[in-house]
Amino acid sequence: MKYLDEYRNGDIAAKIVAEMRRVQTRPWVLMEVCGGQTHSIVKNGLDHLLPEGVELVHGPGCPVCVTPLEMIDKAHAIARSPKVIFCSFGDMLRVPGSDGDLFSIKSLGGDVRIVYSPLDCLKIARANPEKHVVFFAIGFETTAPANAMLAWRAREEQVNNLSLLVSHVLVPPALEAILSATGNRVQGFLGPGHVCAVMGYSEYDPISARHRVPIVITGFEPIDILEGTLMTIKQLEEGRATVENQYSRILTRQGNLPAQQLIGKVFGVGDRKWRGIGSIPMSGYHLRDEFSRHDAEKLFDVAEIATLEPEICISGEILRGLKKPHDCPAFGALCTPQHPLGATMVSAEGACAAYYAYGRHLNPQGADKLHQIVPGPVRDDVSVKPREEREYTHAGR
Amino acid sequence: MCLAIPGKVVDTYDQRGLRMAKVQFGGIVREACLEYVPETQVGEYVLVHVGFAISRIDEAEAGRTYQALKDLDQLTELESPVVEEITETDEPSYPAWMNAGDLRR
Amino acid sequence: MPAAEDDLKTEKTIAGESLTPFGSCPIPIFDHKRIVLGHGSGGKLTADLIDKIFLPAFRNPTLDKLDDQAVLTIRGVRLAFSTDSFVVTPIFFPGGDIGRLAIHGTVNDLAMSGARPLYLSAAFILEEGLAVDDLSRVVESMRGAAAEAGVQLVTGDTKVVNRGKGDQIFITTTGIGVIDHNISISADHARPGDKIILSGYIGDHGMTIMSQREGLEFEGAIESDCAPLNGLVSAMLATASPTNDFIHTLRDPTRGGVATTLNEIAKHANVGMVLDERTIPVRETVKGACEVLGLDPLYVANEGKLLALVVPEMAGAVLQQMRQHRLGHDAVIIGEVVEDHPGMVLMKTEIGGTRVLDVMFGEQLPRIC
Repeated sequence: MKYLDEYRNGDIAAKIVAEMRRVQTRPWVLMEVCGGQTHSIVKNGLDHLLPEGVELVHGPGCPVCVTPLEMIDKAHAIARSPKVIFCSFGDMLRVPGSDGDLFSIKSLGGDVRIVYSPLDCLKIARANPEKHVVFFAIGFETTAPANAMLAWRAREEQVNNLSLLVSHVLVPPALEAILSATGNRVQGFLGPGHVCAVMGYSEYDPISARHRVPIVITGFEPIDILEGTLMTIKQLEEGRATVENQYSRILTRQGNLPAQQLIGKVFGVGDRKWRGIGSIPMSGYHLRDEFSRHDAEKLFDVAEIATLEPEICISGEILRGLKKPHDCPAFGALCTPQHPLGATMVSAEGACAAYYAYGRHLNPQGADKLHQIVPGPVRDDVSVKPREEREYTHAGR
Repeated sequence: MCLAIPGKVVDTYDQRGLRMAKVQFGGIVREACLEYVPETQVGEYVLVHVGFAISRIDEAEAGRTYQALKDLDQLTELESPVVEEITETDEPSYPAWMNAGDLRR
Repeated sequence: MPAAEDDLKTEKTIAGESLTPFGSCPIPIFDHKRIVLGHGSGGKLTADLIDKIFLPAFRNPTLDKLDDQAVLTIRGVRLAFSTDSFVVTPIFFPGGDIGRLAIHGTVNDLAMSGARPLYLSAAFILEEGLAVDDLSRVVESMRGAAAEAGVQLVTGDTKVVNRGKGDQIFITTTGIGVIDHNISISADHARPGDKIILSGYIGDHGMTIMSQREGLEFEGAIESDCAPLNGLVSAMLATASPTNDFIHTLRDPTRGGVATTLNEIAKHANVGMVLDERTIPVRETVKGACEVLGLDPLYVANEGKLLALVVPEMAGAVLQQMRQHRLGHDAVIIGEVVEDHPGMVLMKTEIGGTRVLDVMFGEQLPRIC
């Protein structure tokens, strides 16, 4: 597939890694912001390819993970109503609330449907006039244009049996929260490529400048991630801290203007709770008042639902890049995708779930031999100070 | 965080006032909404997320940046003949490039 | 079945009493109070159901093997015996239908022991209101499928349930076959050094069904690979060899796909496996559909593919033999069995990294992120 296959090329990957070795003189801690990037990293085993001392920590960029428990409970309360057809992206179906997931509501007779595109909800609403269709509108900025279009069309076409349960979050406030946290280790970011395809990347300039941190807007294929990592390391080594665009085939500085316009018409910015992190000021979208007729939170009596997060889970620290899944004693034992305790295990995109799905809870003895069958080119002239303790002792090496 | 896949626009049409397209991904074709990339022509590649094209792919820019990556070793005088050579041989199990970056010991 | 609404009430009361704060739940004996769809996915949830509900009740040495079929020796004759239920929506799909699936599914389960499938039974659960024309089409397709596989349908049963209590038609087939050769093929025979042969392109069946689901429709010529594998197995067993037991293990990677099936074998035989991602054949159509929906073809169901673990010195000959056969034309060696990391399947990725392939967790869901 064009624009995918060529970005999975092992030759080029090796060249980029060799270049990393050439420029790197000391250890660096980078964060990939997006869950999709985390997924790609573990799926392709990219972290095994990186030079010693380049550490990727996983960011908060999984909308499913950061949707707060109380919002999930609200969704479940609505989905249980016999008059409702509850529509959701597939990812949200397995996310447990206080009492089961959407699958279990389905197993009890609730009408829960997976949609691929938000526009499918319009069709479902038109086909089921006697029912009320609720769409669980979650996501980061990437998904906002699609969800905004659904609200917009519902109002324009007066599809009055359709509403949205909105739980939309924004990336820049989350980065700000990570950088401002005490104990922050992150020295550079692989920025969210698809979020910036919509929003552009000028809003990252002040963050980069204020915290003196490089932000390289990066794509999702293996080559993209390796190149983004290289660009970030180069900035760090050269003492620069700016916003750069690795993903220039997809996005420009100003982003998608028509999409931004409709988002502005449909959504207003306000405070949002993030699962595992807590409330972040001005970090999410809400439907504007003009769309009250289509706002499920106003149509259904769910305002009183408030749920506390579990205490033992360290997902908040994982989401902020302070810890790795392995640092959690519950990881892979008490906390599994079957039985998630917190945000980062609930969705396939979450750092813990991605680690689990790609076997990082297991310790493949002898797996290191795989890398020793034919050693790659070694450069002796670059001395990289070994870290005292490797982060990934459980992973395949 | 957001799964978005590049595909080729093979047809465009209007549906209830929305600009829509048939977009080809590998061997399959799906519908996508073009409202946010209205100037897109048949034959162009777009990036599709949850049924919406959110970006047109800049073919020239893609070519330029990709070429730069291919030339990376020349720019940095880092020869990688080992890599080239072994890819071409009929190594039965794991060719060298698969391990090229993995030098931790 | 109680009415859905009553059920909802009951659940609420139960929940109200037993609900603990999310974080403090102990490890449950069985994770779910009720069956969810994932329990039928062939992944971890299915394994849970078998381990915690069925095995404790029925435990015996034959069942404990958990092969796709039981191999029984009766008065010196070795029989393979297998049963399978088929539920699929829609009942007609590109490349097949529920009837064809029901015949070939059981034929394949028998064939994976090296048996020659002979006789099948079929039990039908029909939903009130099913069009007789549709039933006739299914039955006609079963006739054709049985002829293709060289088996006879010799007994059967029919029940009809109230409208809404079934999904048009459910079929259960049971089959027996004879193991002629002096061979023993089983998951626990896998040995380090064995080559892992895959008979062709993966994911065709699962993505065909997925493409028919509401809201996920896509256009493209994806067809189910539904086919009887007993002919291919015969051809493989006919490979000229000094010994009889050159094929250690055969499995058809249905639900849960290649990754789940290989994991099952690795766990049973307590061996490791190493795959090379670049050798695994995936059609452009299936690849495209998987990319768009965020799925991994290694976990997508097949209905006409097999995995064979073959002693290394015979792997080339068996591969040649397979490639002569219509259903093994695209067969490839995708990896090998190793001593290291027992119970685990590792894969060298296209880009050069290493990844652990675990068992699929539950139902494959399209994802947005």
